[in-house]
Amino acid sequence: MTQRNVLEAINDALDGEMERDPRVMVLGLDVGKLGGVFRATTGLLQKHGAERVVDTPLAEASIVGASLGLAISGMVPVAEIQFLGFTAQAFHQIGPQLARYRMRSRGTYHCQVTIRAPFGGGISSPEFHSDAVEAQFVQSPGIKVVMPSNPYDAKGLLIEAIRDPDPVIYCEPDRLYRLGRTEVPDGPYTVPFGRAAVVREGGDVTLVAWSAAVELCLRAADQLAQEGIAATVVDLRTLVPFDVETVVKAVARTGRCVVVHEAPLSAGFGAEVVAMLAREAFYDLDAPVERVGSYDVPYPPAPLEGWYLPSVQRVVAAAHRTVRL
Amino acid sequence: MTDAVLLEALRWMLMSRAYDERATAMQRQGLYGVFSPALGQEASVVGSSMALDPSRDWIVPQYRELMAVVRHGYPLDRLAAIGMGRGSTASRIPEGVNVLPTQVALAAQLPHATGLAWGLKLQKKDAVVMTYVGDGGSSEGDFHEALNLAGVQRAPVVFFLQNNQWAISTPRRIQTATSSFASRAAGYGFPGVEVDGNDVLAVYEVACDAVKLARSGGGPTLIESVTYRMSFHNTTDNPSLYEDPKERDEAGRRDPIDRVVKFLRRKGLWDEAIASQTQAGVREEIDGAFARAAGFPAVSAEDLFEHVYEELPHQLRRQQDDLSRSGGQT
Repeated sequence: MTQRNVLEAINDALDGEMERDPRVMVLGLDVGKLGGVFRATTGLLQKHGAERVVDTPLAEASIVGASLGLAISGMVPVAEIQFLGFTAQAFHQIGPQLARYRMRSRGTYHCQVTIRAPFGGGISSPEFHSDAVEAQFVQSPGIKVVMPSNPYDAKGLLIEAIRDPDPVIYCEPDRLYRLGRTEVPDGPYTVPFGRAAVVREGGDVTLVAWSAAVELCLRAADQLAQEGIAATVVDLRTLVPFDVETVVKAVARTGRCVVVHEAPLSAGFGAEVVAMLAREAFYDLDAPVERVGSYDVPYPPAPLEGWYLPSVQRVVAAAHRTVRL
Repeated sequence: MTDAVLLEALRWMLMSRAYDERATAMQRQGLYGVFSPALGQEASVVGSSMALDPSRDWIVPQYRELMAVVRHGYPLDRLAAIGMGRGSTASRIPEGVNVLPTQVALAAQLPHATGLAWGLKLQKKDAVVMTYVGDGGSSEGDFHEALNLAGVQRAPVVFFLQNNQWAISTPRRIQTATSSFASRAAGYGFPGVEVDGNDVLAVYEVACDAVKLARSGGGPTLIESVTYRMSFHNTTDNPSLYEDPKERDEAGRRDPIDRVVKFLRRKGLWDEAIASQTQAGVREEIDGAFARAAGFPAVSAEDLFEHVYEELPHQLRRQQDDLSRSGGQT
């Protein structure tokens, strides 16, 4: 066990997988000597060489498209898209190509490709650097959508992603990269996809979140606890696969639920969670399920992001609305 | 090109035209899906693919090169079955056939070809990738990104651009302001070659040179094969709305098949007897392929969920259950 932050956990996962499997390679902008703009790939070039840690031209579509071809050739590419917002420049290679290649070839080919991409607000980034567009990938059948929220999961889910025969988009919460260190095992281990984690238990209300919003919900739960409201916090960990069972079970216990995410509210994955609960937990609900997301406006300039992003206050207020009914 | 190779090339060209005729006729009867013939481009399609060794090289196609992938080992009956709506197993590419699926999102295949060639090189495999695109596809961003990356990595890939003068109804002159697609290669740091795409001997020669360069570690080549689409874009198209018939007539005088026949005739290698014997063989092969195609399994509702993931995520398993509970109702 070593104390690691999210960034160190990711670096450790990449290093370990490259050591274990010579087919694993890392490619993207600035992943080599610089070690990535957040330094997630620090030291990999020096250790694994320039053939396996490749600085690519500044062109997201070909980073993803070439990864598809590399995978068919027998390599296991881990592509870094510098920020999730930049996947817009590559989207036609992700949803319509990478995700569908197994289906298009009726199983002849599969794409063992992981796309890593930092995202999320609260770090005063320039435009397009913070956008939470994870739901776009949920609408792209064939790819898995992974949203780690802490160092332990960051390592275990990334190793699982790299070993998964299907393509995975692994969205990294950049605000949490260096937020704190927790115990992370040294050797390889995996966290299976499709198993949500109950990270805090309480009988009054269930807060459902993923990625950096989990940390937000934990802070909101602390505040609610001071008022005598006990919150369960469920971390979905992955949106595809979506662990319906764990969410339904938690909500059945509390009868109240708030779904929290950084993405714009309308048609965010929170809407999917609510629709699912309306079908699967209808008779257990004591109040309408609340959602807290960002507003349906373009991600604003940094000085405005405090009003834009979900906050502890907004989560607490939503919890009050459900509990007081 | 030896005489024997040229005769083989002509046979493939005749196969391509016969397949076009059959598939088009069947589409008109509602027995085949939307179809894009290669009519007029046979020298381009066949001459390029014959430069490859199917046992080690790869083809990353677009969609107007069916006979290239058949020559490379993709069974003709499977192609026919896909066209006839029996693609659930036919779309599976047999083991050892180094071909990727056809691509309908134009130019999206080019980064795949670059990555495939790059990966084969990383694994020290003696293999070259040939990928196809058209004059229309060359305007896509993927064209630029794929060629740029291939140049940087010196990937063993040949970009074969069939300039057939049309992107559906959009003529080549408003596709780009440059007079030469081949000249773009200079911007990527590798050779660009323009070739008469209706001359199978010339196409074969430049393709062989490009494959040789790639195989020896010299990196990519862009080949612009100047040809003409002597038919419609696909069976939904109506060229009479936009194409000057004079242009088509003139292209007809450069028919790539006529040119080979004339050449072989002059060499004493082609006469009526050989022609009818060859045509009979081609017909037999096409008949056989379509007969076998009809025997491929029909599609079923279960196909929807197969091959989406190796293992279905929970939410998809629930949707699959919903479909099975409906008893196969649409």
